[in-house]
Amino acid sequence: MEKIVIIGNGVAGVTAARHIRKNSNKRIIIISAETDHFFSRTALMYVYMGHMKFEHIKPYEDWFWEKNKIELLRGYVSKVDHEKKELQIEDARILKYDKLVLATGSKPNKFGWPGQDLHGVQGLYSKQDLDLLEINAPNKEVCKRAVIVGGGLIGIELAEMLRSRDIPVTFLVREKSFWNVVLPDGESEMLNEHILDHHIDLRLEANLTEILADDSGRVKAVITDKEETIECQMVGLTPGVSPNVSFLNDSGIELGRGIKVNRFLETNIKDIYAIGDCAEQHEPIGNRRPIEAVWYTGRMMGETVAQSICGNRTEYKPGHWFNSAKFLDIEYQTYGWVFSSNGRKEHEQHFHWRHSKEKICLTIAFHKETRIFLGINTFGIRLRHEIFDKWLNEGRDVMHVIKYLKDANFDPEFYAAYENEIAAEFNLKFGTDIKPEKKNWKRIFAIG
Amino acid sequence: MALTGEPPAALSRFQKLAVLLGLSGLFIVLLAGFNVDFPNKGIWLSISLTAIFIGVFWFTKEAYALKLKGIKNDGVWFKSISSKGLWAWITGISLTGFYIVLYFFPEFLGLVKNGSNTGIIALFDPLSKLLSGNPASQWFVYGSLYTVAILAFGIKFIWKYRHNRYEIIRTISVMFFQTAFAFIIPEIMARLNGNLPYYDLKNIWPLNYYNFERYRINAFIDSGDIGMAMLLFGVLSVFVISPILTYKYGKRWYCSWVCGCGGLAETAGDSFRQLSDKSLSAWKVERWVVHSVVVFVTLMTTAVIYSYLGNDTSKYWLTKNYFLIGVALLLTLIFVLVMVFKREQFQKDARYGAIGYFAIIMALIGFHYLSGDGNVFLFKSETLRKSYGFLIGSIFSGVIGTGFYPIFGNRVWCRFGCPMAAILGFQQRLFSRFRITTNGGQCISCGNCSTYCEMGIDVRAYAQKGENIVRSSCVGCGICSAVCPRGVLKLENGPLKGRIDGNEVLLGNDVDLMTLVNQK
Repeated sequence: MEKIVIIGNGVAGVTAARHIRKNSNKRIIIISAETDHFFSRTALMYVYMGHMKFEHIKPYEDWFWEKNKIELLRGYVSKVDHEKKELQIEDARILKYDKLVLATGSKPNKFGWPGQDLHGVQGLYSKQDLDLLEINAPNKEVCKRAVIVGGGLIGIELAEMLRSRDIPVTFLVREKSFWNVVLPDGESEMLNEHILDHHIDLRLEANLTEILADDSGRVKAVITDKEETIECQMVGLTPGVSPNVSFLNDSGIELGRGIKVNRFLETNIKDIYAIGDCAEQHEPIGNRRPIEAVWYTGRMMGETVAQSICGNRTEYKPGHWFNSAKFLDIEYQTYGWVFSSNGRKEHEQHFHWRHSKEKICLTIAFHKETRIFLGINTFGIRLRHEIFDKWLNEGRDVMHVIKYLKDANFDPEFYAAYENEIAAEFNLKFGTDIKPEKKNWKRIFAIG
Repeated sequence: MALTGEPPAALSRFQKLAVLLGLSGLFIVLLAGFNVDFPNKGIWLSISLTAIFIGVFWFTKEAYALKLKGIKNDGVWFKSISSKGLWAWITGISLTGFYIVLYFFPEFLGLVKNGSNTGIIALFDPLSKLLSGNPASQWFVYGSLYTVAILAFGIKFIWKYRHNRYEIIRTISVMFFQTAFAFIIPEIMARLNGNLPYYDLKNIWPLNYYNFERYRINAFIDSGDIGMAMLLFGVLSVFVISPILTYKYGKRWYCSWVCGCGGLAETAGDSFRQLSDKSLSAWKVERWVVHSVVVFVTLMTTAVIYSYLGNDTSKYWLTKNYFLIGVALLLTLIFVLVMVFKREQFQKDARYGAIGYFAIIMALIGFHYLSGDGNVFLFKSETLRKSYGFLIGSIFSGVIGTGFYPIFGNRVWCRFGCPMAAILGFQQRLFSRFRITTNGGQCISCGNCSTYCEMGIDVRAYAQKGENIVRSSCVGCGICSAVCPRGVLKLENGPLKGRIDGNEVLLGNDVDLMTLVNQK
């Protein structure tokens, strides 16, 4: 029986294992140094906030693995020897494999700041980071102030977590507006306001210079590039993540920032694949980045590699880009591509609408000349994934999107709807005369 | 080292005052329980109920009004009351004690047969006399407290979910139905027509399993046209009204918009929704228990009606034999229709269960014809009725169902015991437009939906596969959709086509790959 070894029990590795099991009887072993069982990394924040216990963020009950004959092994792989086709676990045990899937995920970035390894300084990625946070910031008495460095998705999650225990938070963001490397200005501006509404001390265009220690080697303050000293008991470093691949340095597997793979997710070594956060495409796919540290892409790569391993060599072809997040109380969804002011292409035009009172807005990107719809961002409005996937496939123009926007609304029943208002503003801006159509089940389900 | 989190904040000063106010209201009731004879009971009762109501209201305002609107689950698993800690056990045991006294020892509450009430029940006499003209009973006391709880905690719920209009409207609906239909209208009807039996019109058989008992049927008939209209409504609501509404909206139209048990669970019980057991084994137990209750109540009702029908067609067209044949035909019709048209949608063990139960009922009816007259089936109808009333009506729905809110979650009764929920659920599963749609591939498997599902449905198991959720137990409370951080879930009434099959394409890779994955 062929023996498949998967390093990493995150969503990519586990999805691969599940699909290999679906399609074959191969022996499957998943190795993880982090936890015994798969958990949803994106849900770690809710454990600290008391919304859930750790057991709730495990998507499968513990009997699932044995029932599906997926063997779980706890340990840290220190070396891969592809000539002998074996792994060394914790510099001691040897494990043979026939095919190896690397799904080792990411680790938090550290940019060589003085004091970055002090006690009380941490990132937020792993279960261990969560446990550490309970030590560094259990309550507002132990942690009188926390400083978060890095204005991305993990940074704002960490801020929300700490605020849930009333811990004062100073949030240092390098950019002049929150996450504006990804979001268009209007949206980023709205989030700045929302962050302040939550009593988070948001400092824009502020960088960390140094972290200071007290006598016992614990963090006591940070110094910013504006030469301001902020006293704190905890520092969260959240300036993004990078692939967790250092254990492969001398393995002969080709590395860039991540593990280099082709479109079939194969590395330069036969029978070794890489998926999820740690994989780096030789050439970016479409507008995507070569390394995609996103839940959904990890899941897709897991499915793809399972096909290849089960004898049906399959190319990784992710469909239209989509993503989502939640910024404190505001939900965000995106379908297709909407670029921020730094990334925006010459031909990309935006239509931005924002509610007069509520923190609700959307941005639609379309081609300046052809008016072909390129993508949409919404904040505080839920959208139907299927519909946008269909419109992107069909190459619809922006007028079609405005006209049939009600079909795409996915907010709970009885919610206030804004499609008429949005259409009116679009008409005003672009001199069109679009009348929004009523929601229609036949259109919604006319897929394929 | 214990890695337990800590609650975000202690009570604010005003919350402490609110607790004081609410508890002093309860204290008045308690004092009455110790036979303190209040002068001017009407005033003291008003003070007490108002204090309880304002106490809850004020506490809630302090908890939510100053915060931005959004999901308010911070610290749920750190607080003793909502994570099966000491306060949860104290509350659970006190509530259970209250139910035991209420059902089995009402004299401790001050109920006096053939005399004027004392104690707590006497405290409620003025209100009862105001409404129906009669002195209070233990059920009137219970109904009043129940209504106050739904109103006060309903306001709390609305405040907590004030960003969500589905939750606001639904909660106003349960508050209205409890106050008007369960509490005020039956009392006023009693005042207008003393012969009418107490009838909460929104209670439908089999929830009001006693509705077709002899004394009620006689009372309906004796009350003339209005009585007959009510009896007719009782029958129509089982066979016509509820199937139509369930087809259009799912069982939520009843369970989380109208029902009083559901109303209390959604309002006073909201803090305990996360305690329901989501394991696969709990689901298996649930299906056997709740469907056994349906079989039990069907048998019991058939037996009860059978027992008072006559044999002589010249007196009344419906005789014992016609009735039994009618029941058998109706059950067979439903069974055959489901097996012919909906067989594929049944999972294996559900099918075995259905066949098993059907066989039991048919065998019992057969026994009757073989064994001749006397008992119905193999039992005395009176014994059946009494054991059902004791086991299901009292112990399950009250003592365990509500008393154990803080331990087993707020919908234990609805999930494991309610025959009405089981029948509506059966229809919801097989023949309804309602579903919870999963939004393509947006699920991140975080588990908020499953954790906060009061019915113990593992919502995530479906959502992360891109499948819609079509489960008989879903009461449509909408909280899974509310707590989802990524906008994945939507309760909706759509076409039957494509209701169950999810769109797996978006979960994974491009279409070519998914056609392969979907080839089973």
